[in-house]
Amino acid sequence: MAPKDMSIERRTIAVLVDNEPGVLARVIGLFSGRGYNIESLTVSEVDTTRHQSRITIITSGTPQILEQIKAQLDRLVPVHAVSDLTKKGPSVERELALVKVSGKGNKRVESLRIADIFRARVVDSGLDHFIFEMTGRSDKLNVFIELMRPLGLIDVSRTGVVAISRGSTGLLN
Amino acid sequence: MAARKMTGSQLVLQALCDQGVEVIFGYPGGAVLPIYDALHQQNSLRHILVRHEQAAVHAAEGYARSTGKVGVVLVTSGPGATNAVTGLTDALMDSIPVVCLTGQVPTHLIGNDAFQEADTTGITRPCTKHNYLVKSAEDVSRIVHEAFYVARSGRPGPVVIDLPKDVLQAKANVTEGGEEIQHKSYKPRIKPDPKAIGQAIEIIAKAKRPIVYSGGGVINSGDKASRLLTRFVRILGAPCTSTLMGLGAYPASDPQFLGMLGMHGTYEANLAMYNCDVMINVGARFDDRVTGRLDEFSPNSKKIHIDIDPSSINKNVVVELPVIGDVAAVLDALLKAWAKGGHSLSQRALKQWWKSIEGWRGRECLNFESTDSVIKPQYAIQRLYELTKDRETFITTEVGQHQMWAAQYYKFEKPRHWMTSGGLGTMGYGLPAAYGVQVAHPDALVIDIAGEASIQMNIQELGTLMQYRLPVKVFIINNQWMGMVRQWQELLHGERYSQTYSESLPDFVKLAEAYGARGLRAEKPAELDGLIKEMIDHPGPVIFDCLVDQKENCFPMIPSGAAHYDMLLGPEDQAAKPVSEEGMVLV
Repeated sequence: MAPKDMSIERRTIAVLVDNEPGVLARVIGLFSGRGYNIESLTVSEVDTTRHQSRITIITSGTPQILEQIKAQLDRLVPVHAVSDLTKKGPSVERELALVKVSGKGNKRVESLRIADIFRARVVDSGLDHFIFEMTGRSDKLNVFIELMRPLGLIDVSRTGVVAISRGSTGLLN
Repeated sequence: MAARKMTGSQLVLQALCDQGVEVIFGYPGGAVLPIYDALHQQNSLRHILVRHEQAAVHAAEGYARSTGKVGVVLVTSGPGATNAVTGLTDALMDSIPVVCLTGQVPTHLIGNDAFQEADTTGITRPCTKHNYLVKSAEDVSRIVHEAFYVARSGRPGPVVIDLPKDVLQAKANVTEGGEEIQHKSYKPRIKPDPKAIGQAIEIIAKAKRPIVYSGGGVINSGDKASRLLTRFVRILGAPCTSTLMGLGAYPASDPQFLGMLGMHGTYEANLAMYNCDVMINVGARFDDRVTGRLDEFSPNSKKIHIDIDPSSINKNVVVELPVIGDVAAVLDALLKAWAKGGHSLSQRALKQWWKSIEGWRGRECLNFESTDSVIKPQYAIQRLYELTKDRETFITTEVGQHQMWAAQYYKFEKPRHWMTSGGLGTMGYGLPAAYGVQVAHPDALVIDIAGEASIQMNIQELGTLMQYRLPVKVFIINNQWMGMVRQWQELLHGERYSQTYSESLPDFVKLAEAYGARGLRAEKPAELDGLIKEMIDHPGPVIFDCLVDQKENCFPMIPSGAAHYDMLLGPEDQAAKPVSEEGMVLV
């Protein structure tokens, strides 16, 4: 019997599904029902004529579990394609965060300065608050949010990761 | 010309007819009244009125399993649908094709906690292969046809179609049905990858101690798959063992058959699995009842896994070579490649291998002590087998000791003659499954081998037997205990028999008579044969109350957490080998 690899790996998986009622529940139910991890999940319709949505999931597990996750996803009737972006090769991963910071005086100036360094945009401003919009890799977002904490961090809203493979091929080939 | 219009209900029935459906198992209610009204006005579909919706699904499973067709269920909204959930889960676990139509409150009331409303698609999502909520009568035909395609193709399973009452009453254009479904996203792989076939042949050709381990997938693939399996095993000259679900795919009387494997499998089957060097898994899924302790499961073998469902691969056991495809297609390809390559196994090695196997066989692990004073349950099944084997006989079971004894002592020569709840282990399965079989095979002898506890889980179905004159024989192995649970309490919990004694049992003979059926009771071995013959000869339903030794346990047994070589062959072994702490946690 082949030896079992018990190391935990992190993977980004893209799933192309029919955008029909209940499809997201099927995917989420699969993860909860079989005890798999979801670190991040995003979903949106990507093809309005074919009514197809793309789900991006970040999950972790042993190589055997990860293979199971992909096979189980692929088995769902409305699923067109499952792609392991981590395994397939280099991919681009991005997340968007809206970060609300409230403060006055130096703190307020400092938050704006740091936002500038991180290339975060101000999308709303009052005399005592900013809302920053920032796009990037999740770890970069994490760093920015941590820096905002002592400066009056009020609220964070994040999209979760979206990802796409590098190169000229798409999800279906 | 104006398009012909029909109501949603009529479209449902039309689509069922186009699918070749002959019988529906169901129970009416408010939300499905329009379908029942449409049913009343036609003659091509037969409806069997069950007494509980769970039974409707099991009956459809029995029908499906014994015919290879899709079983059809019709129940109402709310409690009708929730009662069906156990049956649907059972069908999912055992890969049985079932289409279950559920009524639903009108679309404008969905989400309002209306009377008899339940979130049926939500509830059944994890216990079906797929489900649909139909929003418009225009979609009815397409969805019904798609549901049948999904239910029967690939790895079969149950599909639910939830039908709101207003959709059933609305009119829509008729699309002439029966067209071939080209599903957008669901495309199961049937034909194997030729490369995998080549690699499989390479592995098999070098085998010195091969074994074929076959499962329910062979039965699901069709009778051709069983014939090919038999040919494959004979050409190799290898031993063959089977899971509970696969019994009958390979003829049990054949000398190359080692009997069932796993927790209550034979000594020779389990030791051959442990000691083999090449394992060919044909349509089985390395279930925990089969593997026992995983890190000790056949440690020195190369494993080939033939399965139509890629998610079965490497789920429990990591294999060297997966072959994805339908069993019949894969076996056909393997046989052709084997013949083309002019392969044969080393006869010297095979001879040696069979010598070991014969040695294990010599332990005669299914022996039991007979007495004249009390009927041993094993003896009861042996006699039942001997007295019914020359007829067209179908066996269903409930769940527990009697089920294992039936699997061990009844010899199945043909596929589709053995119906049992394997994956879910559903008590109450056997009686409705039996009449599902009987509906499909009116002239056959159909016997539900039951326990006195299990049979009470769907005992109300005796009414269904009577109503449709379905001459099912219910053969109760009555030991007055929930025997399998008691056996575990004996083995694992210091003989503290918590809540497992069958108290206040009904008089089964009188119960049969109360329904208008025949009741028979056997208490002594000497009267068994005569009474079994009387049961067979009676033209109507029979309840046979077979009082057996109350203390008898199911052996051989691999206790949970133990390896294949660590079998308990009888009560003496049980005392000598205590179960490990980690084993006690497992079920």
